[in-house]
Formats: sequence, structure tokens, C-alpha cells
Amino acid sequence: MKNRAWLFLIPALILVSLSAFVPIMTVINYSLHLIYPGSIPEFYGLQNYAELFQDDIFLTSIKRQFMFTFQILLIEIPLGLLVALAMPREGKWLTAILVLLGIPLLIPLPIVGMVWRVFTRADLGVIPWLFVKIGYDYRPVEHAMDAWWTTTVMDVWHWVPLVVLLCFAGLQTIPEPYYQAAKIDGASRWATFRYVTLPKLRYVLIIAVLLRAMDSFNIYSEVFMLTGGGPGSTTNFMSLYTSSQAVGGTDLGYGGALSMVYLYIVVMLCYVLYTIMMNMGQAGGRKE
Amino acid sequence: MKKKYIGLIIYLIFLIIPLYWMVNCSFKFTTEIMTKLTWFPENFTLRNYAHILGSEVWRSSFLNSLIYVSMNVVLCIFAGVPAAYAFSRWRFRGDKHLFFWLLTNRMAPVAIFMIPMFQLYSNLGLFDTHLAVALCHLVFNLPLAIWILEGFISGIPKELDETAFVDGLSFGRFFRKIFFPLVRPGIGVTAFFCFLFSWTELLLARTLTGSTARPIVVALTRSQGAEGWDWGVLIAAGVLTMLPGVVMVYFIRNYIAKGFAMGRV
Repeated sequence: MKNRAWLFLIPALILVSLSAFVPIMTVINYSLHLIYPGSIPEFYGLQNYAELFQDDIFLTSIKRQFMFTFQILLIEIPLGLLVALAMPREGKWLTAILVLLGIPLLIPLPIVGMVWRVFTRADLGVIPWLFVKIGYDYRPVEHAMDAWWTTTVMDVWHWVPLVVLLCFAGLQTIPEPYYQAAKIDGASRWATFRYVTLPKLRYVLIIAVLLRAMDSFNIYSEVFMLTGGGPGSTTNFMSLYTSSQAVGGTDLGYGGALSMVYLYIVVMLCYVLYTIMMNMGQAGGRKE
Repeated sequence: MKKKYIGLIIYLIFLIIPLYWMVNCSFKFTTEIMTKLTWFPENFTLRNYAHILGSEVWRSSFLNSLIYVSMNVVLCIFAGVPAAYAFSRWRFRGDKHLFFWLLTNRMAPVAIFMIPMFQLYSNLGLFDTHLAVALCHLVFNLPLAIWILEGFISGIPKELDETAFVDGLSFGRFFRKIFFPLVRPGIGVTAFFCFLFSWTELLLARTLTGSTARPIVVALTRSQGAEGWDWGVLIAAGVLTMLPGVVMVYFIRNYIAKGFAMGRV
């Protein structure tokens, strides 16, 4: 039996090692060297990692990244769940809404950023036009707060449909008698939601939260195109900083060290989220 | 009943406004886009679409993207289904660790892979092939595929397998006749997600390709003329990139509408 399991895993493991394991090993190898273009790499030990903790840009970008990710999760997960709950359960409108929800997800990431850049440009965009009506001075290119929440709104627009699709699919599996039983027992709407709906949605919600956590941590092309990390460094997330060091930086070794620390932080965050959600689900399941 | 939908309608309006703006702009001349905000094209034109459809670079880049995305989806399903089956049905030494390790690959930001991937695939002689992009997109798609499929397969009762084997069905027959029809919605949904993430990722795709397998984005940067971006063409291209996905969503809408809970709930 045991060997059979490994037999089934072979194709996946070969493909992953080719596409992930080898590149990660290469990055680890970089991170232990001093690599400047045109010179022979020099072994540098863990020195790159030591320097990283002196790097103020990196340290502040971590803080910014965590704020962004938690903000994204706090907005997108409840919003996605609410929209999924409000959707019709069947009919032709459902098809139309499902297709509509799919559209933002399928625009290539750099194009999303570019489109939102024009969409929010002071003289051309719809959002500034709305703000002129209200009388708010909206300038995402100069004002840090404007740039920050423009990035947030773009991400919400782009990715909430993913959460909605997952939650909606989860909701559709809950049989109607469950709700009827809750009604007969005189459960309030909140209690029905808490003890019938939420436990059933556990796995899709775990997937939604983890996907949004990792992808908002890895946000790159969209922000790069929208704000380029500016104004100043107010939207210079860890992903942007690391990527710019790993791709365009002068020292590949330092970029590699940043990348590894970065990857480790994302893995830890996802592990913590995963553990919390699994335990929460079990507690809810017992009361059910 | 009406009240229930107010929130949904507000959300959908928020969703549609940027999309409408894109479609609207795709029928304008670049000068109109870049000078003022108009709700309808003043001079309605099909020039942007004509430019894209008439250009060999654009057509081949769309085709290239479709080819490597399809290859990626097929690879994900073929490697993902057996792996997900193994994770769902058997306990073996280190299975949980292996599963989480596979997921960690999904967590790596793609940009850090650009240079190592470029070196790896150049050394393998795969640079500028569709296969290279399809393989390197596996880094984030295969773990996701295994993850989603594992959820679906765990939702199929294990007793079904056992009954089939007790009845003397060979594994191949069991797989074709019983297992595959049951897991088909899962495969549809997985294919959609893999398509989505591979189609929208262009950073690695651009790094790994030259002239023969170039993805859409290369054509995008080419539309940058002397006066900067040709926004009309660019936005029209953005609209066109939505179409394959719309077809895809339309095909799997019933799987979503029927619902999936991802396993042992």
C-alpha cells in the first residue's frame, strides 16, 4: 500500500522538482554568495542574511506587507461571503452573474494594473470624476493614503470574485432540510449562519483565506504597474522590494537571501492561518 | 425579496464599472482616451480591434498563450489526479509534511524564480518553447491542483473504491467507469483555476520566451510608440484576453452552481 502511494506521486514529484525544487535550491545557493554581474561569485556564508536585518527598507516593507495582507483578508473574505449569500440559487441570472464574476479574474495581472492606472488618473479616470463631484482632492500619484487605498480597491475589485465563487460553490452543497430544521428549532438568522452555514463552508473558506493570503503577499505586477511602489515608498510592499532586488538588483546573492526570508515568512503565515482555521472549524463542528 | 438583492446589485455595479470603462475605451481612439473622460465613444472606431486582429505579432502571441496554458492545465490534471488520490486515500510516512511542502511552492513569489528558471530552462535547451512556460507555471498551479482535487476526491466515499475492488474491478476499469465520472466536476473546477492563474501570469512567461513562443505581454510592450503606450490597442487587448476565460466559466458554471464543499465536511 505504502509503495503504491509513492507510485502515484511520482509524476507530480518529478514535475515539482523540475519547476520548483531546482530553482529554490539555486536561490539558496545564490543567497550564500556575493554575486556581482561580471565577476566570479564569492562565498559569503550567512553574511547576506545578517545584512538583511540592518536593511531598513526591507524591515518597513515587511510591516507594510502584513498590514496590506490583513486588510485584504478582513475586507475580501467577509465581502465575498456576503455576496455569495446574497446571490440567487438558480436561474438564468445566476449564469450571468457567474460569468461576470469570472471576468476580472481572467485579465492578465499587468493589464489590471495598467487599466487601473488610467482608470484612476486625475484627468481621465472615473474614480477621480466621482471625487470631484463630492469635493475630495483625490491624487493617488502624490498622496500616500490615496495610493494605498487605490491599491486596496483594485485588489478587492480583482480578487473578491474568487472568494465569491468558492463560497457560493460551498453554499450550494448545504441541503435545504438543514435550514428547515434550524427554522423549526427557532434558530435566529445569526445562529443558523454560525452553526449550519459556517461549519459547512470550512474547507472552501480555508482555501479562500490561504489563497488570498499568499497571493496578496506575492502581489507584484499589479502594484508595479499601478503605483510602482510610490509615492515615495508608501506602497513598496515586501513583494515589490524583494522582486526588484532579485531581478534588477546589483547583488543577486542579497536578492536571494531576501527571497528566502520572504518565502519563509509567507510559509509561516500560511501555516499559522491554516492551523487556526482548522481548530476553529473543529470547535464549531463539535457544537453542531 | 427585492430588498435582499440591493447589496448584490451595488456590488455588481462596482464590479461592472471598470469593465464597462474598458469596453468603452476599446472603441475609442487613443487621443480621446488620453484627453478626457467620456461615457460613450465620441468617434466610434473598430481600429483597435482591427489593429490587433490584423497583426501577426498579436495573433501569434494570443495563440502562444493559449498553447502553453492548455499544456499547463493538461499537465496539472495528469499529475494532479493520481497525487491527490494518493493523498486522499492512503496514509503514508510523511504524507502531511509532503502535502504542506507542495503547498509551500505555491507561496513563493514568482519574481524570485525569474533568473533561476531562466538558467534552468536555458540549460535544458527549452528556452523559448511553450513547454518551458507550461512547466514553470506548474510551480504555482500543480500544488493548487493537488489541493483542490484532494478536496474533491475526499468527498467521494472511500467505501466505493473498496466495494469496486472486492467486486474484482481492475484499477484501470474502476478509474474509468466509476471514479472519473464522479471526480469530473473537480477536474473541471481545477482546470478553471489552473487556467486562470497560468493565463494571468506573464512575468515568468515573458522571461522564458523569445520570438517563437512569446506571450501576450510582449505584444503589449510593442504597442508602445513614440508618444508612449497606444492605450486604445492596449485596452482592446485587455478586453480580448477576457474572452477565453469567459468561455471557460460558461462551461464550468454548472459545476459551480451544483456546488462543491472540498472534502470531508
